[in-house]
Amino acid sequence: MRHLIDIKDLSLEEIQELIKTAKDIIANPNKYCEKCKYKKLATLFFEPSTRTRLSFEAAMMELGGNVLGFSEANSSSTAKGESVSDTIRVVGCYSDIIAMRHPKEGAPLVASLKSTVPIINAGDGGHNHPTQTLTDLLTISIEKQRLDNLTIGLCGDLKFGRTVHSLITAMSRYKNIKFVLISPDELKIPEYVKEEILEKNNIEYVETTDIEEHISELDILYMTRVQKERFFNEEDYLRLKDYYILNKEKIKNAKKDLCIMHPLPRVNEISTEVDDDPRACYFKQARYGKYIRMALILKLLEIK
Amino acid sequence: MNIDSIKNGIVIDHIQAKKALEIYKALKLEELDCSVALITNAKSKKMGRKDIIKIDKNIDLDLNILGYLDPNITINIIKDDKRVEKYHVELPKQIINIIKCKNPRCITSTEQELSHIFILTDKEKRKYRCKYCESLSDE
Repeated sequence: MRHLIDIKDLSLEEIQELIKTAKDIIANPNKYCEKCKYKKLATLFFEPSTRTRLSFEAAMMELGGNVLGFSEANSSSTAKGESVSDTIRVVGCYSDIIAMRHPKEGAPLVASLKSTVPIINAGDGGHNHPTQTLTDLLTISIEKQRLDNLTIGLCGDLKFGRTVHSLITAMSRYKNIKFVLISPDELKIPEYVKEEILEKNNIEYVETTDIEEHISELDILYMTRVQKERFFNEEDYLRLKDYYILNKEKIKNAKKDLCIMHPLPRVNEISTEVDDDPRACYFKQARYGKYIRMALILKLLEIK
Repeated sequence: MNIDSIKNGIVIDHIQAKKALEIYKALKLEELDCSVALITNAKSKKMGRKDIIKIDKNIDLDLNILGYLDPNITINIIKDDKRVEKYHVELPKQIINIIKCKNPRCITSTEQELSHIFILTDKEKRKYRCKYCESLSDE
């Protein structure tokens, strides 16, 4: 039995296989509409995340399966003091696969050690969110027709942004990748990401505070939100949240085939005037998220 | 001060001065039923002052943790009054319940029954990361 806790749990071949399946689902949805008939997905969301939960639920429904679960800890037995290990053993009696979101880092790993059914990490605090990374990889693969030879700009909160850390980890495994890391000084990429991922793998990168300085070189611009819930101090959040706002002016010198991505939800870091630009891919990215989750559910349930 | 040499047993030598008690506790030597001598602040040509622990029995002891606590420690195995083996302990691949994860967002902060497990991720820089949240042991 396999789980997905960290994107590193998957080999490059397995990621390629998931992307291939997702693309096949997009091309032939009818072929997959009963693949998970009579199977149940439990969505255990110990902290709210509406879009991730809906994406998982829609994915299971499109495979012909059923869903059950809860969307916040208050409505689960956690409020009564039950441990993650106990919750997971009980839910395993009622479902075939579990997607789990938890505010504590490492909670899905704890769950996977006790579970009798596959666990998918749907986000654990500021730590991992592997299905977001798979979504990003599918988006890049569809929009750019490749996962190598890319210059990727990452902009915004690079310190707390787990999607950014996971994406760097995942993309560092492909050939000829260059990163442009754009952030205010207070939200720069952590040293350990530079040392243990970028430098260890000899990945070229530059750090800058200016979004326009390298915009013309980028194949991908990945925008992120400054997340209020990651700050202990409200003042710091208010000071940094509007640091970068992407608008038409800022992308005027960008490549014609730039792919602008964002894990969503956005607050105001991308102006709505960019939404109609053909280079804006973030809503397509959300749709691709459902397809890659469908592919993942099939893989973990070992359904061909 | 003289401490008799042991006939069969283990001598943990070159412990940083005044750290013997920490080593004693980490190895749970209080649970042994044989004699254990703790020598602290002994004179040492190499170290100036050092601590030594002598265990008066050849027992199967998991000494891996010593590599993390004090890499300069030397282990001597004594059989029939002779030293038959001398070695330094390598860094253990994982450390269980010796250090605690300090990350307030880590699952170990709320699930009390979980062991605190740290994995060696960088041997050269002696870096350990929490198995659950991947925070560094000294962060």
